Amino acid sequence: MKTLIISLKIFLFFTILTGIIYPLLVTGIVQIIFPEKANGSFIIRENKVIGSELIGQQFDSSIYFSSRPSAISYNPLPSGGSNYGLTNIKLKEFVNERKKQFIAFNKLDSLTIIPSEMLFASASGLDPHISPQSAFLQIDRIAKARKFNFVQKQKLIQCIKDLTKGPQFLCLGEERINVLLLNLATDKIR
Amino acid sequence: MTTLDYLQVILFLALIIGLTPVLGNFMFKVFSGEKHFMLPVLGWLEKLTYKFIKIKPDEETNWKKYTLGLLIFNFIGLVFVFLIQVFQAYLPMNPDHLPNVSWHSAFNTAASFVTNTNWQGYSGEITLSYFVQMIGLAVQNFVSAATGIAVLLALIRGIARKTTDKLGNFWTDLTRSTLYVLLPLSILLAIALVGQGAIQNFKHYETVQTLQGAQQIIPMGPVASQEAIKQLGTNGGGFFNANDAHPFESPTPFSNLLIMFALLIIPASLTYTYGKMVGSVRQGWTIFTAMMILLVTGLGISLYAEYSTNPIFGHLALMEGKETRFGITNSILFSVITTDVSCGAVNAMHDSLSPISGMIAMINLMLGEVIFGGVGAGLYGMVIFIILTVFIAGLMVGRSPEYLGKKIEAFEVQMAIIAVLLPNFVILVFAAWASASNAGLSSLNNSGPHGLSEILYAFSSAAGNNGSAFAGLNANTVFYNLTLGFGMLIGRFGVIVPVLAIAGSMAKKKITPLSAGTFRTDNSLFIALLIGVILIVGGLTHFPALSLGPIVEHFLMNNGITF
Repeated sequence: MKTLIISLKIFLFFTILTGIIYPLLVTGIVQIIFPEKANGSFIIRENKVIGSELIGQQFDSSIYFSSRPSAISYNPLPSGGSNYGLTNIKLKEFVNERKKQFIAFNKLDSLTIIPSEMLFASASGLDPHISPQSAFLQIDRIAKARKFNFVQKQKLIQCIKDLTKGPQFLCLGEERINVLLLNLATDKIR
Repeated sequence: MTTLDYLQVILFLALIIGLTPVLGNFMFKVFSGEKHFMLPVLGWLEKLTYKFIKIKPDEETNWKKYTLGLLIFNFIGLVFVFLIQVFQAYLPMNPDHLPNVSWHSAFNTAASFVTNTNWQGYSGEITLSYFVQMIGLAVQNFVSAATGIAVLLALIRGIARKTTDKLGNFWTDLTRSTLYVLLPLSILLAIALVGQGAIQNFKHYETVQTLQGAQQIIPMGPVASQEAIKQLGTNGGGFFNANDAHPFESPTPFSNLLIMFALLIIPASLTYTYGKMVGSVRQGWTIFTAMMILLVTGLGISLYAEYSTNPIFGHLALMEGKETRFGITNSILFSVITTDVSCGAVNAMHDSLSPISGMIAMINLMLGEVIFGGVGAGLYGMVIFIILTVFIAGLMVGRSPEYLGKKIEAFEVQMAIIAVLLPNFVILVFAAWASASNAGLSSLNNSGPHGLSEILYAFSSAAGNNGSAFAGLNANTVFYNLTLGFGMLIGRFGVIVPVLAIAGSMAKKKITPLSAGTFRTDNSLFIALLIGVILIVGGLTHFPALSLGPIVEHFLMNNGITF
């Protein structure tokens, strides 16, 4: 009986400490020092929230760079991947289909090597990045759809170069480019 | 693999090896009641805790009372987490009006978080309110980890002390692990993660109009605070369904490094603490080395398999279920350490790993989560294997087995056998049941041998209290919620109780002084024997099942066969 009372009391104590005080304390600190990030790194354009820098969006219009395939079509409720194993025939079919589509959509040579992140769905279904190579493969199509002249097309290439992020601190992770930020920059090219 | 890939792996391992003595030494001071630098900062809070629950911190108990306190405390947690889920609609902090959780899912989740498993049959962002996530789950993230440390401390005292029945005070151990180790590190990590872009707020889900004009509803929440303790406490239950692959949980490669570091550092450092507490740092490093050899071997095989080509996808990098910012190396490194340590957080979908990489993850679970393992739990599991090893070595050379001066007798070996058999029983029997019933098979996402792998992985994860999954399996059914729920409870308390019984029995023994005839447990011969015993026990038990799952899938894949 004594043990039960101690258990209940210490449970209550830790619930208040680690369940209420701890998250509130962290929230308080980060809302002061990193408010924008703590609230979701949202991007506002013309007074409207158009998305979060960290959450990928579906792009199928010919004037935009495409994102990676997503098992959830970029609907974050809930996030997740396809969970197909490598011997699942659906995965093989999807990859072949995506390859054909990417080549046709961007009018590429059928022997072009397409970076594999454009053929495989991401883990979160919300991957905001693609590799710079995948972005370069889409330039001609976008320039044509937007009727860009030579100078504008050079600006587009520059956008990719500017927005490409190398490995963090020179050694962590992979080279990547944020598709939403790239498309926003593309919209700004005059 | 490029030079950069190797560099990242080496950097990570160097960080762990370098900081193990630092944190290990700090924890030694905390747990043996010595002065340490956190006392002036948080000492008042510790005193307040004891005052509130009205206990004397130095009043020690025998193993039975210690176990009783532990079981009652955990049972309260189980009931509480169950209740707040089934009534969440009537509780506060539910801005998006999520409905009550079904009874079987609530039972599964409660068992999951109390046992430090954090298996998730549900998807966080569409199932649980902020209230349940914070007040229910985050609290269990702390106290289930602290419970693991407490069991380990009792075991260490049992080994280090002589002719006593006192094993320490469960409440004191619980309090000190939470206040001085888990809480301060969590606060620091949470702030660092938000600095990288992880979110921490209590807002409504945000509806945005995307660049193309579609609607996207983006979930919010107190993510970073939960994320931090979920790693440090080797819990692994994601705020979101995609876990650490979700950009709001781990937005950058650096956050990924921090998260990997956080999930491994406490179990690694505890080996050092162990060495200090039993009076020989060398014993701690011996265990550390055995664990590290197993980790690096698994990592090497897994990386090799994932970077290999196969006839189905040719030279394509296998990016299915992986994030661009992490790439293959970081995803594989993560998958290996999260299954070594019974964390279970994932930054890539294990279901889509190549068969051999998936198998390495599965083997890590099946070996009983002793390759560093969960906070506290990994090391007490390893001590079980050490007892078996000195017993077997004793049989081979015809000496009466002893460990650190304590004679290992029938009772200790019996308890060790129970602790090894119960989790394996869960894996084999429950997985067989699932593979032979409609209720089990109808949840599969993949057919062929990969389907069996999904089932095997689920029960291995539950029994090892890991929590990661081949997530294609739809486990949110009555059958899986109940079998996995009970599997987790057996895998946790079916090990804890025998371990505490061993602690109680060892504490009563005398210490035989070292002599020339003592079988040494701190040299490379012992490391080799220990690894051998772990692999033989795990291998003999699970090889038949593995050969029908991932192994046969590997050969079929190499012949280009799909299902």
